[in-house]
Amino acid sequence: MIMADSGSSEEVAVIGNTDITSTESENNIINTMVEKGTALLRKLEINVAEAEKRTGKNTVNMQETYTVYLIEIRPAETVPEGGTPAAPDTLWRRYSEFELLRTYLLVTYPYVIVPPLPEKRAEFVWHKLSADNLDPDFVERRRVGLENFLLRVASHPVLSNDKIFFLFLTEEKGWREAVLETGFQDKADSRLKSLSAMFRVKNPDKRFTALKQYSDELNTVISQLLRVRARVADRLYGVYKVHGNYGRVFSEWSAIEKEMGDGLQSAGHHMDTYAASIDDILEEEEHYADELKEYLFYTDAVRSVCRKHELIQYELEMAAQDLAHKKQQKEELATGTVRIFSLKGMTSKLFGQESQEQRESRLAALEQSIQEGEHAVKEKNAECQEFVRTAWEDIEHFKEQKDKDLREALIGYAIMQISMCKKGIQVWSNAKECFNKM
Amino acid sequence: MSGQTVPADFSGHMLDLDEDEDLDVFTKNTSLADGSPMPNSPSSMVNQYRLEEDEEDQQGAFTKDVFVSVDNPESHVTAIETFIMYRVVTKTTRSEFDSSEYDVRRRYQDFLWLRSRLEENHPTLIVHPLPEKFVMKGMVERFNDDFIETRRKALHRFLNKISEHPILSYSQHFKVFLTAQDLASQRKQGPGFLSRMGETVRAVANSVRGLRSRPEEFSTMHDYMENFSNKISSVDKVAQRIIKEQREYLDELKQYSPTYSQWAESEQDLAEPLKAVASCVERCSKETEEQVEHLSEVLVPTLHEYVLCAETVKAVMRRRDNIQAEFEAKNEALMSRKVDQEALQEEVDALGDRVELANNALRGDWSRWQGSLRTDLRSAFISAAEKNVEYYEKCLAVWESFLMSQREESSEQKGEDAS
Repeated sequence: MIMADSGSSEEVAVIGNTDITSTESENNIINTMVEKGTALLRKLEINVAEAEKRTGKNTVNMQETYTVYLIEIRPAETVPEGGTPAAPDTLWRRYSEFELLRTYLLVTYPYVIVPPLPEKRAEFVWHKLSADNLDPDFVERRRVGLENFLLRVASHPVLSNDKIFFLFLTEEKGWREAVLETGFQDKADSRLKSLSAMFRVKNPDKRFTALKQYSDELNTVISQLLRVRARVADRLYGVYKVHGNYGRVFSEWSAIEKEMGDGLQSAGHHMDTYAASIDDILEEEEHYADELKEYLFYTDAVRSVCRKHELIQYELEMAAQDLAHKKQQKEELATGTVRIFSLKGMTSKLFGQESQEQRESRLAALEQSIQEGEHAVKEKNAECQEFVRTAWEDIEHFKEQKDKDLREALIGYAIMQISMCKKGIQVWSNAKECFNKM
Repeated sequence: MSGQTVPADFSGHMLDLDEDEDLDVFTKNTSLADGSPMPNSPSSMVNQYRLEEDEEDQQGAFTKDVFVSVDNPESHVTAIETFIMYRVVTKTTRSEFDSSEYDVRRRYQDFLWLRSRLEENHPTLIVHPLPEKFVMKGMVERFNDDFIETRRKALHRFLNKISEHPILSYSQHFKVFLTAQDLASQRKQGPGFLSRMGETVRAVANSVRGLRSRPEEFSTMHDYMENFSNKISSVDKVAQRIIKEQREYLDELKQYSPTYSQWAESEQDLAEPLKAVASCVERCSKETEEQVEHLSEVLVPTLHEYVLCAETVKAVMRRRDNIQAEFEAKNEALMSRKVDQEALQEEVDALGDRVELANNALRGDWSRWQGSLRTDLRSAFISAAEKNVEYYEKCLAVWESFLMSQREESSEQKGEDAS
């Protein structure tokens, strides 16, 4: 298994340069993933280049409209000077296929925090944005989110080596069959079902408990932040747009004035500019919201790993408990004391002592059972330890990535605010000049 | 300024005094250009305006020598009612005043009285409006602090506008208002309710008859005022709407900081930048609050005042129209009948003089008023724009310092990794 070098943290050279836009900042995050270099990313360059609407018949033979996304794969070799890059291999995938891929990864690598997909439906919207899945802005942001997902998987030390993932990128037609052939759905049924079940672990692992709690807190606070952001965006939109009324009224007013006319008219134009500027500002802020959303959805993945650990721990405890129970039964059978209620014991009390033969065969069966039980516990224990080891490796990796990405996101937010302030200074300085001429 | 020499250019000096609310600094300076107090005879009034028209700068002929301030609102309780008394302080060099300083207490009703006297005596001069008696929306409590402060400022402006007026500042009623310790007894004298009734009746009667032909200059004025009135009302509404939206924005913005702070509590490495962002957002909230305050204290009151002014000017124009209509009515009567021609002739002549007077008064005050409008609105808009620039500059500084702090953090980290 190829391990990524998690030791060095390459600082992305974005801090201090206040002139770059937030989309450039986002690209820096992507570049970091690529630079970190898994074997896969050393070979391939992955893009989700386009989105297209399709119509077709669904499983219940009804017409539906859906969007497909174009995945482009290029060999990651440097292009010589003046040369043209090789034509990419491409295939189309729809959102549900991405979902299938992710479910497969979740089941196959239960100890990995699997990167989340962009949201299925637009949430935390503010009034101007539509919550319509076919809205072009939403589709565009989803395209970016899907590309991000693929790059996250491709840069993951464990997931990037998965065959099914590779086929997802390269095999348009036969992929679905290949996934189903892995039989992951059997595991999926039992594993995923039990995730929603209620069970209690006797000796919970403190680290996982703490992690689950953190994940819940993060989920709550990011949700809150996204809600506030949406409301703030809504209000700010209102403030800017009302200034557009100044533009209209000043223009009408200037028509009846002699000396004041010119100043008013040109001030009015600046007011129009000001009102229009909010659209771009808030569109950029959506990127920031998307970065937060990614980590909001990550918390679900983290929670899921904790739950899976709980399940394994629970199964281990159950196996150990079962073994202990059987051992005790054997002891009682051997010594003749009945401490544990058993049907066999009751019937023998009621219907008379069993024969020596019967007793010996029962003992033998128990011995067998105990051996199997010991084996099961040993296996489960190993599984649990392996899970804990691999999970914590991934969790440390995740924590580092999260701290870095979110810090970048905050920096990106600050850059956006600065850009907004600069625009404001310009517009109002211009307006002041015009008022001076009144 | 030393001695009694008249400075060459008054206008810049005048503007300084206009904007100086406290009026602590003033000069005891020259009196009127022709050196004599203002008599009330019509012919010299006309001469006064002829003089003014010759000047390029309409404010140039008049130097302010009455300085008034309104402050210190205090609640006054009697058995019957509760009301606010304002302190009105006057400093003057005019010889008509017995003293150079006065300190009296006045209530809103007293201001109303003064204004109606001024309007009565000078029907075609533009008398600055008073703040409204009641505010329809928003304010419920008459004695709300913000309301009182807004009103105080408007009353202060009102008296200053009067004191700057070349004719109104010489009004006897104005003097009484500024000087009498007991205004109530003074108010009972002079033309009262009934005479105002009479004038209104005459005005209505004449307006029913209608105006034959309005001189073109006044038609132009009339059309302009109709349009201006609409536009200034719209601007006022827009400004108020902006304040409303800004306040709602501020309410939401205030929730940002605590959320970031809360997040910081769950984090380790990320806690520092999160706390920094929380503090940035909070500072920006404060700046936003200040900016909204400025809008509602500077821009909106000025706009609103000119909304009221527009109504005043329209009323003045109507009164002028009525005076002309009255003259025309009598003149027509004179033309048609041969009876009582001599008596009627005298009346018509008197009315004719009255029309000429009214027209001159309005004409003069109109250009004065237009200049004042331009100055006041320009400075209010400039002030608002400046405040906005300042607001964005301050927020910019906040976020730039955040970026700087993050750059320091990262280079520290680089140092750590290297070692």
